[in-house]
Amino acid sequence: MTAPESTCPAPRSKVVELYFLEHRAKLIDIASFLDRVDRAHADGPETDFRIEAFHRALAILSDGRAERARRILEALSDHSTEPIDSAAGLKGAFGASPE
Amino acid sequence: MTYIDPHIHMVSRTTDDYQRMAQAGCVAITEPAFWAGFDRSSPQGFYDYFRQLTESEPQRAAQYGISHYTWLAINPKEAEDPGFAREAMSLIPEFLDKPNVLGIGEIGLNKNSRNELEIFEAHLDLAADRGQLILVHTPHLEDKLKGTRLIIDAIRNNSALDRNRILIDHVEEHTARLVLDGGFWAGMTLYPETKCTPQRAADIVETYGTERLWINSAGDWGPSDPLAVPKARLEMRRRGHRPETITRITFDNPRSFLGQCPKFVLDGC
Repeated sequence: MTAPESTCPAPRSKVVELYFLEHRAKLIDIASFLDRVDRAHADGPETDFRIEAFHRALAILSDGRAERARRILEALSDHSTEPIDSAAGLKGAFGASPE
Repeated sequence: MTYIDPHIHMVSRTTDDYQRMAQAGCVAITEPAFWAGFDRSSPQGFYDYFRQLTESEPQRAAQYGISHYTWLAINPKEAEDPGFAREAMSLIPEFLDKPNVLGIGEIGLNKNSRNELEIFEAHLDLAADRGQLILVHTPHLEDKLKGTRLIIDAIRNNSALDRNRILIDHVEEHTARLVLDGGFWAGMTLYPETKCTPQRAADIVETYGTERLWINSAGDWGPSDPLAVPKARLEMRRRGHRPETITRITFDNPRSFLGQCPKFVLDGC
């Protein structure tokens, strides 16, 4: 499915005007977060599935195709289809699914 | 302009929040039963909670001219022990005829386990038997897509249910189409951190349209914002959405879905 065209009532120039600075700051937050991970001393496995998923999601951001939000959410999702045997001791989520 | 917040957990909020919501135009809320942040140790804890939702909270809301409605259930986060969950569920029928009870909710899945699914299906049976509206919670983050699919499959397997009387909540960009194409109503939950922002909610409206879609704050004891709905309204105004579109999402649609229960009445609106 492709995204509908021109469904945002604001013209593109206004969208950029309204949101650029906010998202510029978020972009730098992401860069800073990745720098922080690099600077932190290692205390476990060399890679973390969440960071690996994060990098895969970053690639979607710049692939030039539509529906980036939907596709990133799908990339961060558990794609198994059967219920798990038990949720005992589990309440929260991790934000990404181990492959 | 007035609005409805159709999903907010006011037992976790201060009375100041009622005041601020009323000042922002809130005329009605609906409060689904949920997880208190810790597991209750006995079914009696649910009995007291259901009394709070049906007796105490409506009075607190009324002080600010807000109509308070509620939904009853055991939340999926406490459904991993089916025996305990069924004991708590056995208390629900006693409360269903209370004047502010709209239906069964919020039910659904959390970690997508077999026991959660069993208790979800038991709630669906109860709702079907008693002709109740249903409010469904979908899991968060990486569990949402799988959980939404399991939930839709379970509902489809129950032929006694009318999809037009079921709202599936917490949809995001990757689940909105599944829910709407399935013939259900869909709710977007606005959270400061882990769920939709007002900006993304406006994006979803622009992508999927205004039919069978509403916005809620799901304000609770965690980081959340009881004024999320008026903030989304402002966000839509900033982009140039027409007042009728904003009203449809934040007032007309919740009134239409909730109005399927004859107890839901908005005086003077």
